[in-house]
Amino acid sequence: MEPTLLKARGLEGSRTLSSYLSRGGYEGLRRALALGPQEVTKYVIDSELRGRGGAGFPTGRKWTFIPKDHPGPRYLVCNADESEPGTFKDREIIEHDPHLVIEGIAIASFAIGAHTAYIYIRGEFVRWAKVLETALAEARQEKILGPDVLGSGYPLEVWVHRGAGAYICGEETSLLESLEGKRGFPRLKPPFPAVVGAFGMPTIINNVETLACLPSILTRGPAWFASIGRPRNTGPKLFSVSGHVVRPGVVELPLGVTFREIIFEHCGGIRGGRALKAFFPGGSSAPVLTAAEVDTKADFDACAEAGTMLGSGGVIVLDETVDMVEVAANLAHFYAHESCGQCTPCREGSDWLVDILERILDGHGRPEDPDTILRICRFASQGMTICPLGDAFSLPISSIVNKFRDEFERRIAAATPAPQKKQPVLPWAGPRPGFGR
Amino acid sequence: MSTAPIHAAHPEELHEVRFDPTMESQIAELLTHYPVPRAALLPVLWLCQNRYGWIAPGVIEAVAARLGLAPAFVQGVVTFYTMFHTTPPARYVLQVCTTLSCSVCGAGELLAHLKERLGIGPGERTPDGTFQIVGVQCLGACGGAPVVQVNDDYYENLDPAKLDALLDELAAVKE
Repeated sequence: MEPTLLKARGLEGSRTLSSYLSRGGYEGLRRALALGPQEVTKYVIDSELRGRGGAGFPTGRKWTFIPKDHPGPRYLVCNADESEPGTFKDREIIEHDPHLVIEGIAIASFAIGAHTAYIYIRGEFVRWAKVLETALAEARQEKILGPDVLGSGYPLEVWVHRGAGAYICGEETSLLESLEGKRGFPRLKPPFPAVVGAFGMPTIINNVETLACLPSILTRGPAWFASIGRPRNTGPKLFSVSGHVVRPGVVELPLGVTFREIIFEHCGGIRGGRALKAFFPGGSSAPVLTAAEVDTKADFDACAEAGTMLGSGGVIVLDETVDMVEVAANLAHFYAHESCGQCTPCREGSDWLVDILERILDGHGRPEDPDTILRICRFASQGMTICPLGDAFSLPISSIVNKFRDEFERRIAAATPAPQKKQPVLPWAGPRPGFGR
Repeated sequence: MSTAPIHAAHPEELHEVRFDPTMESQIAELLTHYPVPRAALLPVLWLCQNRYGWIAPGVIEAVAARLGLAPAFVQGVVTFYTMFHTTPPARYVLQVCTTLSCSVCGAGELLAHLKERLGIGPGERTPDGTFQIVGVQCLGACGGAPVVQVNDDYYENLDPAKLDALLDELAAVKE
């Protein structure tokens, strides 16, 4: 497939405005300004573009949730928090083609009637925040942004807002709290951000990759976009592939390729000639799939049918040497560290999972532990918490217990009794670093 | 170009903080980005951390006064996020990613090597104040696992030999 989102990768000077313009840049925005907001929204609805940040919600429909005739300002927020473990695709777009993101932001802002947009980028991405700042300055200079976008009379300002280290701020309501200068505590929904968002005003939050799809939808038409993939699962998708593959990295493929193609054809297969054991198809918050499920199609609906989710498209590949109990413990550490602490099931549940999984690894597992883990996971998911972080650890960790229960039971059968001891989780305990090989 | 070291201001310099005209104008510019001053809190804290190296109690007081917020509120925000230093950091903060992809690709070996070479583990710093190790969660660069972020810069696909070369280079930089 000819790349759309990564077509600038490998070109010299691809970050500059002149390079972007020479590749037909900002033609999509010109077309959008000529079409008008309603027609742009119709284009995006017809393209069947679904959000690339994790939830896969139809982008055009999301835009229509903004109340008509709302008097106050509206905002567009580009979510560049990219904090889901196994995901590093947005950074790739920003690194090679920041103007593609800015054009997407301008198109979306125009469609929803926003005159201010923010790019919320994770705090660690200092370099990529600077790349965006530089590109924004160029765009302002050339009157692509500012009081009169491309001479159309439509005003738009775009600002970069850097986070400061918090996984939860990738969740859209937590992101809004953080944008407003507060601790990143997720908000209850409803009201949804499209109704009450940033600064109490209607706000649309779209992922970097989602926005980067917009220029080509405008220039090549929604039918072209919808012709890639299959109905309801259309368009190109970036897959971030990491772990035990020969060539880790970001690959752009049509939705609906199989994970076998992604892992074995595009990323060179498993390192060292070893066998595939398991993989997370959409970041670490997606239920794990086993080697037997590698022919699952990588799109939203096929992943849902397989009992998992495409999520952000972060494929974490694990080979046969990996101990799945260690994987579960590593993930539990991550989520315990990143739980904001508002909701008891998530805050306590993730902490208890760390305790139990560490105890099993220390050789003191108990026969009831696998069921206790599953019970904690049920308690912390399915609407028991304000935001989906409870689900984000419950789903993958319970899937590991369900699919690799024998590994837990083998350790437990050989275990010796020991008193439960509380492990420190904060501030720097971190996950178990060394996977014992 | 190698990573710039952090110059952490001495705690005594930060008892009472007054922003100089450059910082004042930067803060004024940041305030134009948002409809309410509070929203500029994170950017202003970044400005301060870049300037003073860390967020001392005196800095919290000054930021709160400038943005019309309660110091306790600012303190709450500073401590929620992991990247603000509330104590003076070493010149180089080595943030070793320990989440899944980095872990299965050798983050443990990197930490063991750092322990052997520098004698410190996560949460500790060398007595001369050159290096500090922090075990961090996913840095969003899993394709280059294992990853270490040194101050603002990412170093990817590391192994003990590359890490040694990096540490040699950083340690050689004079104040």
